[in-house]
Amino acid sequence: MLEARLQKRYARSSESAGFELNVQFQAGAGTTVLFGPSGSGKSLTLELIAGFVKPDAGRILLNDRLLFDSGTAVFLAPQKRECGYLFQKPALFPHMTLRENLAFAATKLPKLERYRKVNQLLESFRLTELAGRKPNEVSGGQRQRCSIARSLVVEPAMLLLDEPTVGLDTTLRHEFYEILARVHNEFSVPVLLVTHDLEEAFLLADQMLVLLDGKIAQAGTPREILKQPASAGVANLLGLFNLLPAEIKQLDPGNNRSKLRWNAIELEGPYYPARLLGDKVTVCVRRDEIAVSPKMGKAEKGELVLSLEASAETARTALLHFAGGLIVEIPLEEFAENRHHSEWTLRFPTTTLRIL
Amino acid sequence: MDTFPLILSLEVACAATAISLVIALLAAWALSFLDFRGKDLLDAALTLPLVLPPTVLGYYLLIVIGRESWFGQAWESLTGSPLVFTPKAAVIAAIVHSAPLLTKYLRAAIESVDPIYVRAARSLGLAEWTIFLRVVLPLCQRPVIAAAVLSFARSLGDFGVTIMIAGNIPGKTQTLSVAIYDAVESGNGGLARTLVLIVSAIGLLVVWLSNRLNRQQAMGA
Repeated sequence: MLEARLQKRYARSSESAGFELNVQFQAGAGTTVLFGPSGSGKSLTLELIAGFVKPDAGRILLNDRLLFDSGTAVFLAPQKRECGYLFQKPALFPHMTLRENLAFAATKLPKLERYRKVNQLLESFRLTELAGRKPNEVSGGQRQRCSIARSLVVEPAMLLLDEPTVGLDTTLRHEFYEILARVHNEFSVPVLLVTHDLEEAFLLADQMLVLLDGKIAQAGTPREILKQPASAGVANLLGLFNLLPAEIKQLDPGNNRSKLRWNAIELEGPYYPARLLGDKVTVCVRRDEIAVSPKMGKAEKGELVLSLEASAETARTALLHFAGGLIVEIPLEEFAENRHHSEWTLRFPTTTLRIL
Repeated sequence: MDTFPLILSLEVACAATAISLVIALLAAWALSFLDFRGKDLLDAALTLPLVLPPTVLGYYLLIVIGRESWFGQAWESLTGSPLVFTPKAAVIAAIVHSAPLLTKYLRAAIESVDPIYVRAARSLGLAEWTIFLRVVLPLCQRPVIAAAVLSFARSLGDFGVTIMIAGNIPGKTQTLSVAIYDAVESGNGGLARTLVLIVSAIGLLVVWLSNRLNRQQAMGA
């Protein structure tokens, strides 16, 4: 279990706008993902935990071992932290063969134990036949495997991964995810992984920490975060939501109903406790939760008709841009059949309208 | 022509380069990798010989290793002969002349190594000194050799400090640079020209070699 409270400040200079990181979190067994946009302080958080950079203030505890404490002036060198670290590139020592890379990491082990451990890891990561080659003589995926194997030689208490799949193609990415799952199952090493890729975060995270502007904006499981983003910033970052500025026009706790007005359009949501009539709120609704179909005949009650302004297609879905900046996501096939329609009927299921 | 000055200069330069390399590697490692109080002061002190006049350096050295100093006396009681005005003093002069510049070159070479390798090695629990010897040095060996070659050339060319602490004793402490000065002073133009050409040829060869080594490193060879 990792418990961290970290503060680090970089003053404004002629070259940078200045930055302040102030985070507090726990990371237990399994994979914890630090998710956030570029410049939010994700990598810096990892560097502070690894001991590459010294925090201004705070405290880091890893399995009840104190790695850093500004109060008592404890600052363990990276060598003593037992944190394996994987960088954006494999960082294998280019002048050593793959076997030498692993053996070098095992320098402190007795000779026989070193030999056994290196062979076992080479075998386990399917590198035995390539062991005599230099890093530049093997493929990107093999380098990545060797890099993970090397970090496990010293039996780290935690693995810190700084965007390890940046620059890898889809196949190598999935190979990496499989390896990570094996690291998890066979070696039981907790992982703290930094990414700005939402799919990767959802695929790997047991626990997710959303970092925005040097602060933790939300913590929870990926499902929890997706279900209820804590703020407009988090919802924007996830990139799956419409954020609609609205006003509460009616509150009906008896029937668990409220009415909201957005852009002169009336929307029906559930009852919002602790809100008052006339409150200006931001309504958050997922793009794929809005029911949409081409307009056929007259709109029924609770439906609104909007004209399609633009559309964009991804590999699996189509993004429909409507008047007022509303974006709806539907399966690609569904859109392909109806792309010629200009008027569409939209319906917001009551429970999908969350207030931030 | 008396070849003694040439041979002595080559011997002095070889010894000085070897010793300077050890000193400069240690200093460059400390300045690049360690964080300690007084680091800036050490950096300034190591740069000082580059800006001080050779006579000033020679004067300091006479105070430190001269026959009257405690070091000079200790040396004399141990070895039975003084340190100043011997070939060993010429080696010390050459070290003082070349080690500071070598430290600068080595620091640049060391810091040209991608810090990701150093971080990776640190996260593997390896000691700083092991990282330096087994990761950093092998990754910048060509610029290090190039710097050592330049340092050799610089050791070969010292005049001011050498004449202050090793003197100009023909057949004993007279190096190539001192011999050129001596030949010019005594009106022996032919000898001076020959020695100047020898020094220039060695200098040219060394700079060419050093540039070539650096270029190969830059090309990733």
